[in-house]
Amino acid sequence: MSGQVYPKDTKVLPGLQLEKVDDRIMTLNVGPQHPGSGHMRIIIKVDGDYIVHCDPDPGYVHRGEEKMAEYRNYITNIPHLERPVIHDSCNILYPYCLGVEELLGIEVSERAKYIRVIAAELNRCVYIQYWLAIYGIFLGHSTMFMWPVGDRELMIDLLDKMTGARVTHAYFVPGGVRNDVPANFEDVCLRQVNYFEKRLKEYADVFYDNPILISRTKDTGVLSREDAIKLGTTGSVLRASGVDFDIRKKEPYDVYEELDFQTNVLKEGDSYARSKIPWLDMLESCRIIRDALQKMPKSGSVRVKLKPKPKAGDTEVYRRVESGRGSLGMHIVSRNNPQPYRLKISVPSFRNLIAMPHLLTGEKLGNLPPVYWSLNYWPVEADR
Amino acid sequence: MSVIAPKFRLGYLIKGITDNIFWIIVILTLVGIPVVQIVLIYIDFPIIDGEIWNPFRVLDAMTHPERALPLVKSFMQTDFFKVAAFPGFGFAAAIAGGVIFVERKLLAKLQLRVGPFYCGKVEGLLQLVGDGLKLLSKEIIIPAKADKPLFWAAPVLFAATAGAFVALIPVAPGWVVADIDLGLLAVFAVIGFFPIITIVSAWSANSKFPFIGGIRALYQMVSFEIPLILSLLGIVMLTGTLNLMEIVESQANFPWIIFMPIGAIVFFITILAELERIPFDLPEAESEIVAGWLTEFSGMMYGLVQLGSYLKLYAFAALFVVLFLGGWNGPWFYPMEPIAEVITDGVVLVPDALTLEIEGGLLFSQEMLNGLIWFVIKTVGVILVILIPRGVFPRIRIDLLLQIGWYKLIVLAFINIFIALALVYGGIIGPEGIL
Repeated sequence: MSGQVYPKDTKVLPGLQLEKVDDRIMTLNVGPQHPGSGHMRIIIKVDGDYIVHCDPDPGYVHRGEEKMAEYRNYITNIPHLERPVIHDSCNILYPYCLGVEELLGIEVSERAKYIRVIAAELNRCVYIQYWLAIYGIFLGHSTMFMWPVGDRELMIDLLDKMTGARVTHAYFVPGGVRNDVPANFEDVCLRQVNYFEKRLKEYADVFYDNPILISRTKDTGVLSREDAIKLGTTGSVLRASGVDFDIRKKEPYDVYEELDFQTNVLKEGDSYARSKIPWLDMLESCRIIRDALQKMPKSGSVRVKLKPKPKAGDTEVYRRVESGRGSLGMHIVSRNNPQPYRLKISVPSFRNLIAMPHLLTGEKLGNLPPVYWSLNYWPVEADR
Repeated sequence: MSVIAPKFRLGYLIKGITDNIFWIIVILTLVGIPVVQIVLIYIDFPIIDGEIWNPFRVLDAMTHPERALPLVKSFMQTDFFKVAAFPGFGFAAAIAGGVIFVERKLLAKLQLRVGPFYCGKVEGLLQLVGDGLKLLSKEIIIPAKADKPLFWAAPVLFAATAGAFVALIPVAPGWVVADIDLGLLAVFAVIGFFPIITIVSAWSANSKFPFIGGIRALYQMVSFEIPLILSLLGIVMLTGTLNLMEIVESQANFPWIIFMPIGAIVFFITILAELERIPFDLPEAESEIVAGWLTEFSGMMYGLVQLGSYLKLYAFAALFVVLFLGGWNGPWFYPMEPIAEVITDGVVLVPDALTLEIEGGLLFSQEMLNGLIWFVIKTVGVILVILIPRGVFPRIRIDLLLQIGWYKLIVLAFINIFIALALVYGGIIGPEGIL
């Protein structure tokens, strides 16, 4: 048992050859039917309790979103493009709408921009609550599964009032948002967001300040600042490693530059920091929503009417936004057609997944769930 | 397919029950009575005191309490009753069933949800029965490469060992299945069986995740058994006996937790680890190793393991009560020994009108009833404290667990032993102690 710990830089033979080298190595398929994986498989090889090799195997839920987008025009693309991550559907439509607006040369009204920001931040909370719930149950903390799933209903209720749907909103359209918010939405929103923020602070008591959680996730799966940049991680993973990078600050879109908020950065780079950053992001989202509700124009149109099947010129555009997981970009190539010639989605989940073998090799088997899920990885989005 | 439960109508339920009763009566009278009478023709009945004792007369006599009670009382002294009903398996299983219900509802309230709600009409009272029926009706799947005899034997052995553990617990004065002088040693011996059963089941399944789970369980149980045994040695030193009944009787004035809080804490933590409950549920860590050593069990095999683990929960909680909280000792609910005049004449509540006779319990003595009530109250309290961490703590990691077991708990257990030694040699407690 003692001894043969494989350091991170050891060259490990891939595949079955490893088992031939050493009888002590056991191959485990974590997924796709394992309760501790998403819609994906992680092939790990363990020596005793240590993971010596890790090979993530995504692709079980590939839907061909990018190809589908080439057969639909700019408006009918909206509902299916949000499918890869339905819990964050406003944020995944955001870069598409920004890009198409740039292609078609549409100017969005001020009120629509504020409504978009509010919807995007509410949706970020919905996503992170779901993510946090799974993080809790991965660590065996069943209360932390039930609480976020329950409190998530507050945000879902607000989005339901705004958009008419609980998860797949299809709310953002090129030219603004699909419909205006209902009357007295601002009061309801303010009340629920305040209550939500109060609840979020209770999470710290039961989860983030829990000594067992801290002893279990501190100093596990440490991703240094240099490695985080080198591996191309993004979002909460990058910010947990001490890099102050948030698209909302660095490349502000819509009205983010007028709003008062800050980015959360932690220096540790371990799975505890990676799990805490999204929680801090939610608190920050509450601030953004309150600020946006104050600064929002009280009336005005929210949608620019487009012609049916609008055509863009012979250009291309790349826009990216900060989603719940990190930088989410869309590259739209137009060849003077009603349909996009090519739509490339650059998803944060896949970029964070790249760091997984780097982090898990040499860790203990018990660290697999917290390290894996702290990467803020959504399997469906990575497969697109 | 509708997911909504069909609407409950009390009228339909009553109608169904009365229909059944009606048809049972009809069939019994039309078929049963003729058959019985045909059989009775060929039987000679004994004649006692000039009366013919036919079966109907015997049944009639049995309904009289004066004749029936001694029979019931003597039946209650048989080993069969003690093992199967009280204070053995039946009593423990009843408490375990109640514990499962309370655990579900308590955890649900903690997590802002409802818990079992529909089955049993009132707050999901019959959910456990429904789960049991489901497990009974499920197919038992055995892995193709499993070592079949051992794989079959493991759940049965687990439940049986848990039952053996229950048999050692004294519930009330004189009420224990196995009253042995080396009771505490027997407890240690029984606890020592669980890791073996776990590793046998994990090994025989011939599957990777059960194997890892079994190894984890082995590590965990072995490394926590040593502090468990050490934490109880202090009590043996103070009382000078290993008999659990005598240990309880020694706590008539004060429970040992007053003098040995450290031992009680160590023992409580080791209980959590031995029971594989959160935060020490590593052998069943779902997100890491599916269900650990239980992964390949299906249907009633899984049900048996669950039954065993809840019996184990009751037994450990009861052991905590017996050793640290004074067992059945507690204030009396009613006068210990009624005055002789009261027994013979009764208490005169209103002159010439109403007298109330105080007797012992019909089947049990007053002492036993009083002790049983205190024992159940204390045991349920300890079980509730064991349940609560499940809603508050995440799972711990294996290296941290072993660190706790070997570095911290053993040191604390030794401190507890030194406290006990100081109490004995200081002449405070013991053969010539002042207490």
